[in-house]
Amino acid sequence: MSRRQLDRAGEGQQRGGERGGQRVGGAGSDAGPDDDGCPILHVDMDAFYASVELIDRPDLRGLPVIVAGGGGRAVVLSATYEARRFGVHSAMPLGRARRICPQATVIHPDHSRYAEVSRGVMEIFHSITPLVEPSSLDEAFLDVSGALRRVGRPARIAQVIRDRVADEQRITCSVGVAATKFVAKLASGRAKPDGLLVVPAEHTVPYLHRLPIGALWGVGDKTEDHLRRLGLHTVADLAHTPVATLERALGAAGVQLHELSWGRDPRPVVPEQVEKSIGAEETFARDVDDPEVVGRELLRLSEKVASRLRSAGMIGRTVVIKVRFADFTTITRSRTLAEHTDVGRVVHATASSLYAGLGLDRARVRLVGVRVEGLAEAGEGHHQLAFDEREHGWRDAERAVDRAGLRFGPGAVRPASLVREEYSPHDRGT
Amino acid sequence: MKFRVERDVLAEAVTWVARALPSNPPVPVLAGLLLEASPDGILRLSSFDYEVSARIEVAADVADPGTVLVSGRLLADISRSLPTWPVDVATDGSRVELTCGASRFTLLTMPVDDYPSLPAMPDAAGVIAGHDLTQAVSQVTVAASRDDTRPVLTGVQAQIDGEKLTLMATDRYRLAVRTLPWRPATPGMQATALVRARTLSEVSKALGAIGDVTVALPADGAGELIGFEAGGRRTTSLLMDGEYPQVLGLFPSEHLGSAEVSTSALAEAARRVSLVAGRHAAVRLRFGDGAIVLEAGQGEDAQASEAVEAALSGDEVVLAFNPQYLLEGLSGVAGEVTRLTFTQPTKPVVISSAGEHEATFRYLVLPVRLNS
Repeated sequence: MSRRQLDRAGEGQQRGGERGGQRVGGAGSDAGPDDDGCPILHVDMDAFYASVELIDRPDLRGLPVIVAGGGGRAVVLSATYEARRFGVHSAMPLGRARRICPQATVIHPDHSRYAEVSRGVMEIFHSITPLVEPSSLDEAFLDVSGALRRVGRPARIAQVIRDRVADEQRITCSVGVAATKFVAKLASGRAKPDGLLVVPAEHTVPYLHRLPIGALWGVGDKTEDHLRRLGLHTVADLAHTPVATLERALGAAGVQLHELSWGRDPRPVVPEQVEKSIGAEETFARDVDDPEVVGRELLRLSEKVASRLRSAGMIGRTVVIKVRFADFTTITRSRTLAEHTDVGRVVHATASSLYAGLGLDRARVRLVGVRVEGLAEAGEGHHQLAFDEREHGWRDAERAVDRAGLRFGPGAVRPASLVREEYSPHDRGT
Repeated sequence: MKFRVERDVLAEAVTWVARALPSNPPVPVLAGLLLEASPDGILRLSSFDYEVSARIEVAADVADPGTVLVSGRLLADISRSLPTWPVDVATDGSRVELTCGASRFTLLTMPVDDYPSLPAMPDAAGVIAGHDLTQAVSQVTVAASRDDTRPVLTGVQAQIDGEKLTLMATDRYRLAVRTLPWRPATPGMQATALVRARTLSEVSKALGAIGDVTVALPADGAGELIGFEAGGRRTTSLLMDGEYPQVLGLFPSEHLGSAEVSTSALAEAARRVSLVAGRHAAVRLRFGDGAIVLEAGQGEDAQASEAVEAALSGDEVVLAFNPQYLLEGLSGVAGEVTRLTFTQPTKPVVISSAGEHEATFRYLVLPVRLNS
């Protein structure tokens, strides 16, 4: 494949295909791109939340649409490409997004719907290969080495995935195909939206070397500034800098960046691990110094985490709280219980006592989080009965609450101290 | 002050008194150990930490009576390490000279006037055989809570009913109860006292080997002290505050099944099988077909099982226990054969010595509920 072909694959996707999407030139035909030695796929949904919302709102197709959470500090979670053209991007404060794109329709997020579509997408991946490493709801790495005989060449597999996601989930995705995870992720980014880009193994290095330094994995704003001050602007600059110099400037990270700049990325695709922890956190609309408000939030988060544990059929033994103060300093505290639990009361009692143990004197708190770690399958747990415990304890009560929630919506039954507050499902799962 | 005392007598006396030395003295003077040599040839040693006091009287050659306060920790360390020679102690101004064979120590003294006076011993309430006390206390203290969230449960509750003394302790998961005879000072006396389990355990070990132990309680039951005395050693301790829960009613009035099994065979099997159970996991006991089959571990984890012959009645049942709770119950059973009675897997099980008409030791333990 020539440089010209590569460019065309990356940037000059041809119009065509049965649903009007964009296709890589020649993909799927016998004369496909040279994908030998490129078993790694990075699949990324295009404007995921916004695309999911458009499934049920075809009237909004082709228009600027923003998905953003509520509250005083709402940020853009996702935006359609039409909105992005105005400069809207995710993590932008909603107020600013409205100013630069006043005609955009703003939609409240429906996280359960996104999770549902995500599950469907991940299922498609798993039908291709067991080596699927999701990095979030809407993206995953796939190692398709074992599927080549069964399904076809990597570029063909990528197209199969794109077609099935479009047919079955009615959203589009972009796929990068490369020899390593890092390059595959770069490629999917370059293919967006609704595209496919193969970076052949032997073109990896020239491809990388053309890129700006900020494209490297692990180079954030700070590192980029640092590197630019050293006169390194492109990946090629960095690649031709002695490793020792980079190591002096950036430590071990410098060595790693040098490896990446030559397309060396030994990280394998690690299939999804058993969940290690379940947690939830909440950024307050305004910084809070009232311990009662923080206490109520800990209760709400504890109940939520326990409910998630129960619905996942898991139990956990270590309760962790996280507190971020107004100045962004963040601390965590944890305690391991005598036995596993999925009871909100127990999680809350532990979280409260951890919080009380901080001995804060009206500190201004920006965020609190509750997490349960040390997870095990609920069936493996046991419970030491106590004389002063009722036969049907809080565990049964909370299971009943779960059932009520299924029928009447989450928060149908909740602790009295949380009743007055509007139930807010906007906090992020972690 | 000047006296001579046998090395072993001094070492033993100091060890007894040093028990009540506070590890973090709230006031410096409480780190001291009070030595009082009286003209009638008696050396008295005392210590006090406001909660517990200890005192002992031993024979000594007193040449020059007097009172002195020295660092208790240092005196304890020194007297333990001395060679086997008579020990001479004499004051020299503000110092104390301690000579033993060729060893010589000089200790600083502390102001005697600042030392609080020890609480007076309440009136004797009765007498108990030392070995009975030691055994009873070790049987029940295993079940006392070590968790301070409910302070009363860190104590042992003593109930006196005429010539019967009942000791009980529970940590909410098991309950150990021992009844034993004693000789009350006044016939038909009724009293209760809540004593810290750790204190009671230390006292019973130190005094039980001597012989009869005199227990002192305020006559009206309204005082805050309990005292113990045996062979010239006496100790007082503050009673614990708080209402002890009514726990004796927890024993079930009837049962559906029972097992009689060799105490040592069951304990040894439980110890072996629980090796794979980890610190918090359960050991499962299946009662059926003339045996108790013990199992631990499941799924992909390490597993173990062992069968112990048993005389059973009732339907087959599986009960799961925290192995430590089971073993601590069995350790209290004095007889060679243990009797277990049970109803259903989520109800408490009674462990006692088989063959006794009315069990003097009963251990009630709640099973572990398995989620699967």
